[in-house]
Amino acid sequence: MNELAITVIGRDRPGIVADVAEVLADLGANLTDSTMTRLRGHFAMTLICTGPASAEVEAALAPLAAEGQLLATVRAVTPDGEVPPAGEPYVMAVHGSDRMGIVAAMTRVLVDAGGNVTDLSTRLAGSLYVVLAEVELPAGVADTLIDRLHRTAGELGVEVTLRPADPDLL
Amino acid sequence: MTGDDSGPDVDAYVGLGDWTPDSLVVPGEVRPVVSAPHPVLSRAAEEVDPTAKETVQLAADLVATMRVSPGCVGLAAPQVGVGARVFAVDVTGHPKAVTVHGTFVLCNARVVEATRWKPGREGCMSVPDLTGDVKRASRLVVEGDLPGTGEPVRLVTDGFEARALQHEIDHCAGLLFLDRVAGAHAVYQRKVYL
Repeated sequence: MNELAITVIGRDRPGIVADVAEVLADLGANLTDSTMTRLRGHFAMTLICTGPASAEVEAALAPLAAEGQLLATVRAVTPDGEVPPAGEPYVMAVHGSDRMGIVAAMTRVLVDAGGNVTDLSTRLAGSLYVVLAEVELPAGVADTLIDRLHRTAGELGVEVTLRPADPDLL
Repeated sequence: MTGDDSGPDVDAYVGLGDWTPDSLVVPGEVRPVVSAPHPVLSRAAEEVDPTAKETVQLAADLVATMRVSPGCVGLAAPQVGVGARVFAVDVTGHPKAVTVHGTFVLCNARVVEATRWKPGREGCMSVPDLTGDVKRASRLVVEGDLPGTGEPVRLVTDGFEARALQHEIDHCAGLLFLDRVAGAHAVYQRKVYL
């Protein structure tokens, strides 16, 4: 079974999801995990599907991209299987004046502590920049990590908090 | 009944008494509201003397500013640029409110009991373009001082008023709702402006 990683991005318009999903469905490609969202007026899809060969999907998506409004990429990937969590889940929130390098500097501190970012989103609202990261941390590092995050945030002139993620189990 | 279900000790309740914003006597002035990023919103505010003249004026100004701001159910001093532990709350008429204490101002407020945590969507006049999902205690006991008389109060509340109180107490500690959102996708571009 082929596993494909597909990205589609372009100026937002009604029908992008339907157009792309239709192409995939007609090829017998089964959509598994995906995110599809609007980012500052661009529509961005990142998805994993199983089924046909990558060349086949690429050819089928080509007409959509031909208008020059959409950029599609297709690549075969190796199924990883289940990845065990690298540690305890935390949420890092960063906010402050927009400037270069906030995500780079703050995530580097997480990585250096053995953390693994599993989900991240950023928002620019006026001059306010917000970064929200879900990160798995090795047991016992959070206390020293928060000091390092504060130091780096201080250099960037932004605020940071790190809290255990709510497991919210029923 | 478990300990968690027994709720706060209502015997220790010391309410607002006959305090109303009119007790402040001075007329409030509408002050401009500051937006993030602004350093005053990220600093822990200072404890105040609730009987001091400037605290009473600040309390009146917070009420006046809250009242002219559509949809505003609470406003903390840092939001008008003052690093003082003072805030106004009024959830009167809000569809999600259960217990309602009307319009009140608290100085030096602190949470003394917080139970039954529930998620809910929050916005903020100082973060006008975003909203976020935040878990807050839906049963809450707060202690603080009334501006003017300086009388200590112990408020027992729940639901939406409890959420508003926690949001304002956070402001006084230099925290925004953004610091407490549940996850990477728990912040939203605001779609409806009141």
